Amino acid sequence: MTVYKAPLRDIRFILKELVHAEQLVDLPGYEEATPDQIDFVLEELAGVCQELLFPLNQSGDEEGCHYEDGVVTTPAGFKEAYAKYVEAGWPAMACDPEYDGMGLPKTVRLLAEEMLSSANLAFSVYPLLTTGAYTAIFKHGTDELKRAYLPRMVEGSWSGTMCLTEAHCGTDLGLVRTRAIPQDDGSYRVTGSKIFISSGEHDFTENIIHLVLARLPDAPSGTRGISLFLVPKFLVNEDGSLGERNGVVCGGIEKKMGVSGSSTCVLNFDDAVGHLVGEPNRGMSHMFTMMNAARLGVGMQGLGLAEVAYQNARAYAKERLQGRALREPRYPEREADPLIVHPDVRRMLLTMRANTEGARALAGWVGLNLDLAEHHPDPAVREEAGDLVDLLTPVVKSYFTDHGFLATNLAVQIHGGHGYIRETGVEQFVRDARIAQIWEGANGVQGLDLVGRKLGMHNGRLLRRFFHPVAAYLEAHQNDPLLGEFVAPLAKAFGRLQQATARIAQQGLRDPDEAAAVSSDYLRLFALVALGYMWVQMAEISLERLGIGSSGESRVNGGQATADAAAASVGDPKDVPFYQGKIACARFYFQKLLPETSSLFAVIMAGAAPVMALGDEGF
Amino acid sequence: MEIVVCVKQVVDTEAEKKLLAPDWRLDRQSVENVLNPYDEYAVEEAVRLKEAHGGEVTVLCMGPEDAQSAVRKALAMGADRALMVTDPALAGSDTQGTALALSGALAGLTYDLVILGIMSTDAQTGQLPSALGDILDLPVLTALNMMKFEDGSLTVHRQTDQGYVAYGCGLPAVCSVVKGINEPRYPSLKGIMGAKKKPLETKDLAELGVDTARVGGAGALTKVLSTTAPPPRKAGQKIEDDGTAAQRIVEFLAGEKII
Repeated sequence: MTVYKAPLRDIRFILKELVHAEQLVDLPGYEEATPDQIDFVLEELAGVCQELLFPLNQSGDEEGCHYEDGVVTTPAGFKEAYAKYVEAGWPAMACDPEYDGMGLPKTVRLLAEEMLSSANLAFSVYPLLTTGAYTAIFKHGTDELKRAYLPRMVEGSWSGTMCLTEAHCGTDLGLVRTRAIPQDDGSYRVTGSKIFISSGEHDFTENIIHLVLARLPDAPSGTRGISLFLVPKFLVNEDGSLGERNGVVCGGIEKKMGVSGSSTCVLNFDDAVGHLVGEPNRGMSHMFTMMNAARLGVGMQGLGLAEVAYQNARAYAKERLQGRALREPRYPEREADPLIVHPDVRRMLLTMRANTEGARALAGWVGLNLDLAEHHPDPAVREEAGDLVDLLTPVVKSYFTDHGFLATNLAVQIHGGHGYIRETGVEQFVRDARIAQIWEGANGVQGLDLVGRKLGMHNGRLLRRFFHPVAAYLEAHQNDPLLGEFVAPLAKAFGRLQQATARIAQQGLRDPDEAAAVSSDYLRLFALVALGYMWVQMAEISLERLGIGSSGESRVNGGQATADAAAASVGDPKDVPFYQGKIACARFYFQKLLPETSSLFAVIMAGAAPVMALGDEGF
Repeated sequence: MEIVVCVKQVVDTEAEKKLLAPDWRLDRQSVENVLNPYDEYAVEEAVRLKEAHGGEVTVLCMGPEDAQSAVRKALAMGADRALMVTDPALAGSDTQGTALALSGALAGLTYDLVILGIMSTDAQTGQLPSALGDILDLPVLTALNMMKFEDGSLTVHRQTDQGYVAYGCGLPAVCSVVKGINEPRYPSLKGIMGAKKKPLETKDLAELGVDTARVGGAGALTKVLSTTAPPPRKAGQKIEDDGTAAQRIVEFLAGEKII
């Protein structure tokens, strides 16, 4: 039996102490998003995740979705759980109040996505896709389309999909063949076949709103000739009631490695009535406005699986008695010591945890900037925040999902043979985590996005939005004896990142393969520095809260930081182990994980030649 | 129909509980606290009765200021207003002290029905409904798994080991409900966001006219002398299948009077 409890304490720490989410309430439109309210919302969502969705995770995986004659049936319990999810109004969380949304900050939604993914990734895909479709219609649809479709999607009684992939094209959408023919009444008729459509057909909602990439008859070739269309499963009458079935049919569902409770459909469009969303031939760019948000969401899927994997590995490591601590038995009264005494098990657990908590902190920072980018009254602040989000989006997507896969694997390893058998439930996390590295832009594409698009954008302006605060922090703390153990290694890694960036910029101009061949390594180097920047701040806050001054002295009583002094400084005794854990984890991060930047740096400096030397026929 | 639901904040069921010497009170500081899970059924039943018959639901809670989070959850589930009874003199109250404080608060409220959960998950006395009924001189119906209001009177089912007993009762009355009477709703997002805007009043004992000498540790009629942890669970019994396993399992279950 697997366990999951939402990491509310850590989320509270990140929001209140690290990124100061209390500033959200000053942004126009977020007047009600007080720290207290955000806490309350996340607490109640945690209940939904733990009690409603998590218990269906393993059974949903075992059963999977069923397909028969164009109809998809979701695993037992999913439909009822979705009804409760809708009844409680959760789909409306971060949607616009004009269309009956609750208008909560994106920061909240991002952290909510982590919890939903931990509890039941397969289930979470259905509402996530609706959010994606909602965003595209909200940003680019006409008022008429918005009024006709958004309120029901916000309510959750209609769901949404994103139909991009076709059998012959996934990453390269310029090859899309689905076509749309304009009609006299201003609508279009869409014909073509799409594959890998998540939530393309299911039994949750009375209508499904497909957003489909297709070509107009006179469209130029490639990505500049793609338009975006809204194609409902059932046509919608003037009065909002459902009319005839539209010409879109589910031709089958895929059997997959993981997320088997999420339906992955072949959708056949045959002369289906559609409506243009946004401008003709601008479909790709319209799709990307929501794609960036979706990529952050996918990053949170990796994080969510890493978290639930860690919780289960930790529980198992504490209760499973096996072997003895090498120096002397730590629990002599028991038959053997629990796994947690073994250094290699601790290494694995801390690798999971230090990455997970660092990633969550980064998510909090990115989330806050998402909200600043959309709601801050000052255009300069909006631009700066938007730049940072754009820059870090591929980092979040790729690094978080790679970590999700690595962490879930470590959880299996800690469980040993019990992790490999289905009944225990942890091998499912590995299989589920795997897809997050692929969908919404494979991780390799994220590396290309970072080096090929984001680095050079606006003459390096995006990059400066990250480099400047890191450099300023390092400079301000360079002589801080208390933080030296964190600041020094971060400064070294940051220096390598700057050097690697310069190399890629120079060499990449001369030969794009030079940039592309090291893009994944570069993204990882970038991510490690970004997490280091989070960890040094978390360590600083934790030391401060525990009242530990320089050279380990307590600021409270001038002596050693005794337990009592720590408790007095923190205020709440249950917080002492929390902050102590943060500091220990920070040390692990800087001493055991950040050094990977050395090897990545060497790999990046070795350039493209070792990758490109062998001819295609040599493989 | 005006309904008052009495709720309590308790230590999270899953948390490791500690009892602190010298008076063996529960350590509520070092763990998470939540709305008493049994009270969720009481809140749900009250909200359903309100939805069917109109009126308002008032949440009544005795506890420290921090217990407001439990009250807010009840408000998010659909209760309309809340009254907190907060007074340092209440610390260490036993059932009598609690009943005196709550009945003092009820005296200032209009109600047709007072609903409680069957008991709190921490103290587990289950005595409060009876104590309240006694002080208020009202009929008391406990352990209900069905409540119906029709033509001005209440029909209820009282759960027993064998089934249920049906009772009828006029109003006002004090009722306690069991797990399973309903399925408590998840608070809606609208309810969550709106909970803070609902009126929440806090009163101390002086305002309620309750004699502080009769409540708290000092006024308690009972005293905890000592506590003992339950003996550790014995190891389970393994039955290897040598062809007679099924028979031996049946015998074991029969021996435990399970079948």
